[in-house]
Amino acid sequence: MLLRHTLKEEVKREALTINPAKTCQPVGAMYAALGIHSCLPHSHGSQGCCAYHRSALTRHYKEPVMAATSSFTEGSSVFGGQSNLIQAINNIFTVYEPEVIAVHTTCLSETIGDDVDQIVAKAKDDGKIPEGKFVIHASTPSYQGSHVTGYANMLKGIVKGFAQPSDVPRDQLNVITGWVEPSDMREIKRLCHMMGVKFVMFPDTSDVLDAPQTGKHQMYPDGGTTIPELQSTGASSHSLALGEWSSLEAAKELDRKCKVAYDVLEIPIGIKATDRFVSSLSKHGNVDVPKMITTERGRVVDIITDMQQYLWGKKVALWGDPDILVPLVEFLVDLEMKPTYIVSGTPGKKFKQKMEAILKDAVPDAKVANGPQADMYLMHQWIKNEPVDLLIGNTYGKYIARDEDIPFMRLGFPILDRIGHSYFPTVGYSGAMRLLEKMLGLFMDRQDRDAPEESFELVM
Amino acid sequence: MRKIAIYGKGGIGKSTTTQNTVAGLAEMGKKVMVVGCDPKADSTRLLLGGLAQKTVLDTLREEGDDVELEDVLRTGYGNTSCVESGGPEPGVGCAGRGIITSINLLEQLGAYEEDKGLDYAFYDVLGDVVCGGFAMPIRDGKAEEIYIVVSGEMMAMYAANNICKGIVKYSDSGGVRLGGLICNSRKVDNEKEMIEELAKRLGTQMIHFVPRDNMVQKAEIHRKTVIDFDSTHVQADEYRKLAKNIDNNDMFIVPKPMAIEDLEKLLIDFGIAN
Repeated sequence: MLLRHTLKEEVKREALTINPAKTCQPVGAMYAALGIHSCLPHSHGSQGCCAYHRSALTRHYKEPVMAATSSFTEGSSVFGGQSNLIQAINNIFTVYEPEVIAVHTTCLSETIGDDVDQIVAKAKDDGKIPEGKFVIHASTPSYQGSHVTGYANMLKGIVKGFAQPSDVPRDQLNVITGWVEPSDMREIKRLCHMMGVKFVMFPDTSDVLDAPQTGKHQMYPDGGTTIPELQSTGASSHSLALGEWSSLEAAKELDRKCKVAYDVLEIPIGIKATDRFVSSLSKHGNVDVPKMITTERGRVVDIITDMQQYLWGKKVALWGDPDILVPLVEFLVDLEMKPTYIVSGTPGKKFKQKMEAILKDAVPDAKVANGPQADMYLMHQWIKNEPVDLLIGNTYGKYIARDEDIPFMRLGFPILDRIGHSYFPTVGYSGAMRLLEKMLGLFMDRQDRDAPEESFELVM
Repeated sequence: MRKIAIYGKGGIGKSTTTQNTVAGLAEMGKKVMVVGCDPKADSTRLLLGGLAQKTVLDTLREEGDDVELEDVLRTGYGNTSCVESGGPEPGVGCAGRGIITSINLLEQLGAYEEDKGLDYAFYDVLGDVVCGGFAMPIRDGKAEEIYIVVSGEMMAMYAANNICKGIVKYSDSGGVRLGGLICNSRKVDNEKEMIEELAKRLGTQMIHFVPRDNMVQKAEIHRKTVIDFDSTHVQADEYRKLAKNIDNNDMFIVPKPMAIEDLEKLLIDFGIAN
């Protein structure tokens, strides 16, 4: 019993968070930046921040994550980090030769009030940024929001740094992806291609954080949205922002800067959210939905109808990021499962409202908490009081799964102890199929394990 | 909208001068917002008739991230909008970060949006620009004009010169410019001439010489600006003049800070030492 200290009775806590359901802003900023082709993320702060954020990503994606740091010392904290950052920009473009440096701040540089906008402008004036190369930046203090906020801030930084207003509109859509796996980004692209729309998707971490083994290390893998693509987003006819928490700010900035109107959609997880994404592509891209897609959808519906008896009424506890949880909970409700406990460390009043809207008829007694105080400890307490049939969330749930003996499907960030997430999607109809396969596998394995001999089924 | 930051040595009378000037602008029919960037949160006391205001950071601490503009904005004399950043007690925490947080928050909440119909936004900033946080109001896209409140006392002039160094740094990359020095008289000998000379050396102007008058203190005790307390008093006209000069000002420059020896020499040439 690793979590034997978890108390069944809930005591109101005001100043204590135990096992938070979130991590640092810069982790998200770094991940978003890796979705730009030939981009080196740069952490403006002390070395330890950078080392932690890199390893957080490496442990999840099982890929080397390159990033540079301003290496603050006591002196930089006192005198400001300007000289370190300018020196770093010079070194990076000389030694590591990326096309783009994406600077994000840390708690320290934020607190001493470093103005990265001004420092980057100075680096440009001093000729430290070679012609045709770019330095973009985002403010990412970890004492605000979560890793999702950092991701959103860097996406906004990408728009600020690249999108160019244009009088000549292009026949293309912007697809701004929320925080999903490289496999999901690949799947979203596949859907767009099948629909036959022209599009620019950013960020795009496929072929970056799921790069093939070629026997040769490539500092900047082949994937990632290119600079010309990013610049052209200002001329696109419309933006589809997938996931309000992670992509809305970028869509707003594109609208403000380049007058590109936008729709905010859920990340296409489950049938309804994928339907909405596909309809939106059809509407704004002026294309019909091809039969291939309808057939794919039909296969998912077929699995659901065939397997309904195993899904119905199953209680689920979930934790993770709002943009994943909202469509996922909607999908579970569609499967007639009962998402009972939902926790997210990412703040935002809207989260509870959205969850209430989805759950009010299907699971009126569901418990939902988000923000810095919503932690895994609370989730565990709820489960101790009234157990569930399935856990869905990141690796940190394995302790609860083991102690309470509950089937556990890993989903979200980070997954440190299994593979698959970077290679098989959870978005789109094929993603829905994979979710069904995994959940059904867990339920059936459990049934096989626990069934008395006389009702041990061969056919299920 | 013009965004103006007022800087100057601690205790020089920045808040008093700002609020009296704002009262003058409000009287002219201008729509003004005052953002107090001092942890003491006393930058809007005269406009609001007391320290009743709940600060941005208090609100943030009590209500979490879900703050509404109405929670922190109060309406004061002449329909001015008043906000106080607030901050920690002396000796704890980080006041500079407080300024960054609250100015970011005000922007997020749309306090400066066009629909607010503002003619002016004033940032009243604590003492010296002691750390990065206190330079927040002059970062790119924030205040475009700075006025430095100064007197003929050596340390006040010394501080003004230092502030100019900060302005140079930010005007390199951003749009911030110095609009002039406001002399808040301490009745030092040759004060007016000396500050005019200081302004000249810095490459700017003395936008107004505000004479010392006890009326200011009297109005302050009654928690009012002079214009509000006794609109016919001569001192009220001084602030009206200052307001008018700022309204008509078209001299915005990047200052040339002086070497310390030159500054000391200026004091010797003009000041009481002579």
